[in-house]
Order: sequence, then C-alpha cells, then structure tokens
Amino acid sequence: MDATFNKFRGDIKTETVKYLADPQLRNIVNVSIALGRPLLVKGEPGTGKTMLAHAIALSLGKRLIIWNIKSTTEAIDGCYMYDTVQRLNDSRFGCEDRDVDNIHDYITFGPLGEAFDSEEQVVLLIDEIDKADIEFPNDLLQELDVMEFYIKETKEFIKAKTRPIVVITSNNEKELPDAFLRRCVFHWIEFPSKAFMADICNLHYPNLKENLLEQCLNHFYALRAITKMRKLPSTSELLDWIGVLLKSGITIEELKRGVPFLGVLIKKEKDIEIAIEKLKFPT
Amino acid sequence: MFLDYFFYLKEILPVSITEFMTLLEALDKGLIKNTVDFYYISRSILCKNEHHFDIYDIAFVNYFKDAGLDFPEDIKQEIWEWLQTNESIFRMPGALKEFFQNMSPEELERQFRKLMREQDGEHNFGNLWIGTQGQSKFGHSGLNIEGFRIAGDYGMQNAMRIAQKRIFKDYRKDLVIDTRRIKVALKRLRKLDEIGKKNELDLPKTIHETGRNGGDIELIFNKKKKNNIKILLLMDVGGTMDIYIHQANLLFSAANNVSHWKDFKYYYFHNCIYNYLYENAARNTDEAIEFEDFLKKYDDSYRVIIVGDQTMHRSELVTPHGAIYDDASNKKPGLYYINEIAKHFKKNVIWLNPEPVRDDWMTWTKMKIAQIIPTFHLTIGGIENAMDYLRTGGKNHYTTVDILKDVPLALF
Repeated sequence: MDATFNKFRGDIKTETVKYLADPQLRNIVNVSIALGRPLLVKGEPGTGKTMLAHAIALSLGKRLIIWNIKSTTEAIDGCYMYDTVQRLNDSRFGCEDRDVDNIHDYITFGPLGEAFDSEEQVVLLIDEIDKADIEFPNDLLQELDVMEFYIKETKEFIKAKTRPIVVITSNNEKELPDAFLRRCVFHWIEFPSKAFMADICNLHYPNLKENLLEQCLNHFYALRAITKMRKLPSTSELLDWIGVLLKSGITIEELKRGVPFLGVLIKKEKDIEIAIEKLKFPT
Repeated sequence: MFLDYFFYLKEILPVSITEFMTLLEALDKGLIKNTVDFYYISRSILCKNEHHFDIYDIAFVNYFKDAGLDFPEDIKQEIWEWLQTNESIFRMPGALKEFFQNMSPEELERQFRKLMREQDGEHNFGNLWIGTQGQSKFGHSGLNIEGFRIAGDYGMQNAMRIAQKRIFKDYRKDLVIDTRRIKVALKRLRKLDEIGKKNELDLPKTIHETGRNGGDIELIFNKKKKNNIKILLLMDVGGTMDIYIHQANLLFSAANNVSHWKDFKYYYFHNCIYNYLYENAARNTDEAIEFEDFLKKYDDSYRVIIVGDQTMHRSELVTPHGAIYDDASNKKPGLYYINEIAKHFKKNVIWLNPEPVRDDWMTWTKMKIAQIIPTFHLTIGGIENAMDYLRTGGKNHYTTVDILKDVPLALF
C-alpha cells in the first residue's frame, strides 16, 4: 500500500471552512491524488463542490490556487500572459524595475502556470469549467496530461515542478468532451441523506438543539420533495436558513407552525408561490 | 485480468482503454481494498456521466452475478487476491437465482443486453423515451430490483447492495440530451464582422507604426470582431414529425444555446409553410406572423434553417387550400410559399430532414422541396455540411437542388 495514500481526511473545521465529506468522496479524492489524475466533481448547485477544493487544501496543508472560469476564458489565460503593451511602453519611456531586453520580465503566469511553477505541491481548483467555450477543455488536455505548457515568446517549456492536485467543478451547463473526461476521475456529489445532513448542520452549528434541527430538516426535506420547483433548496441554503433562524431566536413551537424566512431557502418567486401552496395544502 | 469486465462494460457504456488502464493502476497501487471500494472507484474511473450511473449499477450487479455463477479460474484468482475482505459477493447468486426463478438466465440476459444496446444507441441521439420506456420494460422483465431484499446476513458494506439500490435511476429519466456534438457542428457557421467602437489594440500594426515613427509609440486600434450571424429556425411540428420530435428538440436546444449568434428566432409550421408562421408549437393564430410580414421583417441577411420531414400529401403542396388544418386557409398552394422563401433568402436557406436524403429515390413531396431548397440529412454530418453551405453562401456545394435539377416531376 502506498504510504502517501489516505491523506485527505474529509472533515475540516476552521474559522472559514467547515466541511464534511462522505466516505465515498473522501476515498475518491485520495484515489485521484494517488493516481495523479484531475478530479472532476459534479453535483447539484450548493452541494459544496467548490468548498471541496478548499477543504482538500486545508486538510493537506497545501496552498490553494483558484482559477475561476468565465465565458471568455481561454486555455492560454491559465498558463501565462505576455504583456507586450507594457514592454512597448517601457522601451519608449524606460522602467527601473523591468529590463526591456529581458522578455521574461513581461511574462506573468496564470493560475495554471503558478501551480506548475510552485516548488511545493499545490491544490489547483478549476472552478466551473463548463462556463467557458465548449472547446475550452480540449485546449487543456496537454497541460493536464503531462503537466507542462509552452511559452512561444521565449521558446520555453514550463514543466510542473510538482504535480498539482487538480480539482475541477462543473455545473452541467455544457457537456464536456470525451477526450477530456477520459483523463479525469469523476465523482457526482450525491445530495446528503437526512442523517448525513444532520452531521453537516452540527458541524456548522454545534450548539443547535436536536429537536430544532430535526424540525428544520423536516421542513427542508419536505420542500425538496416538491418536484415542481425549478430550483430546489440545497445544503448551502439550509445552512444559511438555520443561521437566520438562530439569529432570530425562533422557538420550536413557532417552527412547527410554518416555515419562516422562506426566501432564504427558495430564491425564485415562482418557486415560493408553489412552495406556499404545497405547504398550505400538503398532499 | 479484468479484461472480461472491461469488454462487458464496453458493450453498454462508452469506456475507453485509457480509463481501463487507470483502473488497473488504481488496483496496482493498492487503492482498492474491498468490493465497496471497487464499486465506487471503478465507477469514478470508468463512468464519467451521472446519467450512466444507473446503467453501471445494473451492469455491475449483472456481471458479478455471472461472475459468481461461472467464474473462470484465472479471474477468480485475481479477484480473490484483492477482494479478500468481501466474499459475500459470491454468495449473492443464490439469492438472485431465487429472485429470478420465473425467468431463465438466458432470457434475462437477452432482455438486458437488448435494453442496454437500445439505451446506448439512442443515447447518442439521447432519445428520451428509451430512458423511461426502456426502464419500465426492464422493470417488467424483472431486473427492476428497487424493492429487492437480501437476506440479513450480508453486511451493509456490500457493493452489490449499493449497486442494487439503483439510486441513480431518476437521473436517467431526465437524460440531459447530448447536444454537445450538435453545438460543435452549428459552430461552423461563423462569420466574424467588425462591430462597435475601435477599442481593440492591433499589436502588429502598432509595432509597425511605432517603428516607422522612430520609436514614438503610435497606437493603432481596431474594431472588435464579433460573429454576425443571424439565424431563423423554422420547424415542422405534429403529424409525421412526432417521431422525430426529439431530434428536432435536440437541434433547437443546441441552436438556442449557441450564444455566439447575433440573433436567433424560431417559428413553427405544420407539414408545409403557408400564410402563417407560428410562435409556439401549439400553432395559435393569435401568436403567429403572417407570411408577408415575415418576409418583410427578416431580410436575406438571416440564415434560415428549416426542419421538417417533407412528408405530406401532394395536394398540400400543389393545391390552394391544400393545408390539412383549417387555420392556414391558404389561398395559394404550399409550393408558392416554399418558392417565395427560396427566392427571398437566396443562398441563405437550407432544409434539414430527419429522414435520409437520397439521390436515387425519394417521395414526390421530398423531391419537389429538395429541388427548390438544398436539403441535408439531420445528422451531425448533415448539419456540418449544411452549416458550411450557409457560411460560404453555397459556393462549391453540390446540393439536392443541383442533383434534382433535371429530374422531371409531373404535378400529378
């Protein structure tokens, strides 16, 4: 058995990051680290896909580099940028910090380049890869496969000093190309069961009374059972909602009577109407 | 070796050798300690789409059922070495056999393979009905083991049981249609035009001008280039098109999601275009545009994609009031409208037919329309060709219009 295996513990509790991964997810994270393959995480919005990368970085004590993907992002943006305009400007007006004759002074690394350049292993989060153009993942194949890229201006290959731990999230807005998928380890974050959800809530609100939590979860899963809604409330919304309830000092009796602050759980006006209707006349 | 499992899966799921090698690597590195690990890790490595999880679950149960019943010696040895912790997998067949006693294993196998083949084949085109109907059929055949209970002596940590829960069943129903390939095909239609203010730095020109200027920086800006393609999608709905509704939907949702077009409008019709084009598939006259207004509203800078099977009675094309539904009440024959569209949009209109476009024999109405408007088969390749045609304005394209040019078609 590989000694470095089983590094990610899966339960993180710090000031900023509180995270609990189920055993399967923990296992898969460790497998993807051991295999050196990028981990592609999908799942309903609000199930903690992005938080996972934070949790991995914290758990392993590694630096996290985040690459947020936008619709205009191109693969090269992640590698490096050559600031020609600055160089042109410096050539005319001069600059003390940079040497115009040295092209390296005008090349800055993107998140991917930064991760490759790091002496120590880092966690690289490529967040919401499906936001970009559909060809985008294909442009990253070489970079993620052999962990190197080419700077054509300096004719240099930048090779990863240590192979970063790559976590990629997708919201299923676009289908990802097969060639890209073949290189990843894939995990679908299942929606937490009630018991596991209780563990998650306890991690975030350790002083939460048990009967109050029980009632919250009852309401929450009742809302989630309304299949007509366009966007079902998720873990992050539940946690926000419990936070609001605690701040408001609500009693268990009040909570039993109805669902206060429904807007925290459900964000779409149409869905709120549907939810109120259903809660009034439960079937 | 696990080659058998790989080939078994390969028949029903898009697994590749790369992925199989990754699984072997995971085994080699000792990352898999028991069957539960094997279930989850192999799924993560081999199966890259949550919509396939349910199929994977069924395959997993089915394969290891077979594996238990008739296990080749060499595989057995392999499995024993790293599946040591969980032997209950080999006791499963008894319970399964009992459960399936009303059906011969051959019959079950046959049904299963048939379903899987259909599911996969249709999934390439992502056909929804297979997702539901296929499943219910399968349920009927006895593998829908939702309520399947196993004798209590199997521990919770049993991969077979996890697979048998088939919690991903629902993900199959709402199979997200695989529009990716269609989108890629549609993206061929791209025409970059300069628009807006000059605010994009033209680097080569700037350097050139700066050099000419003796080193004094001379910034040259350009207008941004943007795709200037405008699309009109006209879709035949109802009647004979019902069986192709999913393909039409795929195309529609892909076209609708390709965000790089300058404008995208769509209308519906039934069988043939007459004096109204409808804004929704229900074809209400109050939400429709009159044909004359349609031509006024959209000039020939629009690229027109018409989707329809061109299948109808001749009279729907050639006689006034030939439309088979009352709302149309067309004073002119259908062919008039087809000709008008061809004349108005010139080389910017094509027809996509979900049925094969042949050059030897087609029905009369198909030939008649394909003689007027270049017709392509509604497949990835067909869409690609059609988009190339639209992009180049029909240059160097030999289409149905050319092929059928001299084919005499009597009116009746």
